Amino acid sequence: MRSYLDFEKPVAELDAKIDELRTLEAGGSDIGEEIARLEDKSRQALDELYANLTPWQKTQVARHPQRPHCMDYIAALITEFTPLAGDRKFGDDEALVGGFGRFRGDSVCVIGQEKGATTESRLRHNFGMARPEGYRKAVRLMEMAERFGIPVLSLVDTAGAYPGIGAEERGQAEAIARSTDACLQLGVANVAVIIGEGGSGGAIAIATANRVLMLEHAIYSVISPEAASSILWRDAAKAQEAATSMKITAQDLLRFGVIDSILKEPAGGAHRDPAAMIATTGDAIAKAFDEMRDLDGKTLRDQRRQKFLNIGRKLG
Amino acid sequence: MNWITNVVRPKIRSILRRETPENLWIKCPDSGQLVFYKDVESNQFVIPGSNYHMRMGAVARMKSIFDNETWFDVALPEVTADPLKFRDERRYVDRIKDARAKTGLNDSVKVGFGKLEGAPVVLVVQDFDFMGGSLGMAAGEAIIRGLELAVEKRSPCIVFAASGGARMQEGILSLMQLPRTTVAVQMLREAKLPYIVVLTNPTTGGVTASYAMLGDVHIAEPGALIGFAGARVIEQTIREKLPEGFQRAEYLKDHGMVDMVVHRHDLRATLARLCRLLTKSPAIEAPPAVPALPAPLPTVIAAPSA
Repeated sequence: MRSYLDFEKPVAELDAKIDELRTLEAGGSDIGEEIARLEDKSRQALDELYANLTPWQKTQVARHPQRPHCMDYIAALITEFTPLAGDRKFGDDEALVGGFGRFRGDSVCVIGQEKGATTESRLRHNFGMARPEGYRKAVRLMEMAERFGIPVLSLVDTAGAYPGIGAEERGQAEAIARSTDACLQLGVANVAVIIGEGGSGGAIAIATANRVLMLEHAIYSVISPEAASSILWRDAAKAQEAATSMKITAQDLLRFGVIDSILKEPAGGAHRDPAAMIATTGDAIAKAFDEMRDLDGKTLRDQRRQKFLNIGRKLG
Repeated sequence: MNWITNVVRPKIRSILRRETPENLWIKCPDSGQLVFYKDVESNQFVIPGSNYHMRMGAVARMKSIFDNETWFDVALPEVTADPLKFRDERRYVDRIKDARAKTGLNDSVKVGFGKLEGAPVVLVVQDFDFMGGSLGMAAGEAIIRGLELAVEKRSPCIVFAASGGARMQEGILSLMQLPRTTVAVQMLREAKLPYIVVLTNPTTGGVTASYAMLGDVHIAEPGALIGFAGARVIEQTIREKLPEGFQRAEYLKDHGMVDMVVHRHDLRATLARLCRLLTKSPAIEAPPAVPALPAPLPTVIAAPSA
């Protein structure tokens, strides 16, 4: 079942028309040419829409429920994936998944936020909003990866860290800080991909990598447009304006030097062709790891630290 | 020595900065009692009687810690102003201008180098009065500079955190201050120098998710609000009332997030003691442990150099 975002209405109408004609065609009418013409038109309309998405529209695309999530990437790109669980301190948090597997034959450590795809799995993964246990598990896995000289891949997709009583009691802030700390300390190569939403501290905790890649319509922000609008504009309805003002798109972030490259999405966004998106992402990850293949631990750590220290120092 | 801009004369400066009328009475937010502002000021901004810890500006804080109320102001790197060309209800550049006029500070973080009971120390102080102590590029660079200076001077670094969190008007560039300041903390850690964080009221948001929670020692001031997510956000998410004392200093102590809750009057001595212990410096009032030997040569005690 196809679903359309509100701004995709013109495309939805064309597609509905095409479906209608298809039914007629099945009934024997010779309207193949007309269908092809409309399909062409629909494709064009979609391309045009997606070439000019506003930051708020990108926010909607980045949060699209059918957009490929962390586990989809793992299923397609990682063989022999062996998930590991628990922070060895308090519990396991399935909002942040992780484990070891093979990426194109080589061992890799994968960590990432999983939002879930069904009601049941969304609840299990807490909608991708991790608690301290999630970040402490990430630290544990990163330290293990370092010990065994295994590169780390982060798949970032979260609205943010979970705001709850237990999370605060168990040191949400400290857990995030330690996870960022662990990322920056790694003596192995790491690559982070912002595949959907990069929500503030909850995202950066696993996103301080040697290479930070971002999908064309993903967003990455210090605060959600909704929260910014209610805090700065004192008006929850100003989310669209906040999304624009805060410069949360991949295109803006590349300009600021916050990310290293943008991964092009299929026509109409990643959710319209997850397989193609995942393939593109896989190639980009392979390229990034290849570029760092010959670097030793100290060089990787120094380069990563310098890269983050440089952010903001050379703005035009 | 280009990091030295001037020796601060705190008294002159505080007269220039003070906007509060001398005769103002203020109401204790805790007990509701009316107290004379001057009494509060001379009591390190702790309300006499109720012991409520008021917020303390960066200059007053430095005065309360450094020996002889004297220190070197550390020159801080210039940053790109208003990188996002941001405006909400007002232009960000105008907000900055107002905050500068109001506080006399350039941005929310001030760095000083001086002595604490004779030993060199770097103090990094966040001033909540400057746009809620928010962490933007200027504050990030200031914190990094403070930690780097401590490495250069081989001295401990003490950070006084007071912040509502990231400066949203700088968008992702404010979020990037989390990893950037973390890198600087790692440099201090690798130099094996002590890093002490004093969490003051309030310390919340992105600040807690980076340098403020990475100290070797965490000290909190009594009653300080310390937490990652705002109380309102949590209430809206879980739809229930928060427990009494939630996210307060004492609550964090109970949950193992801070080492101690220290009254402001005891803060200076506690910090000095910790710095001495962690740098393996001799005790100040050391008993004559070594029996006096006939000294063939006169002993010269080096005067502390600035």
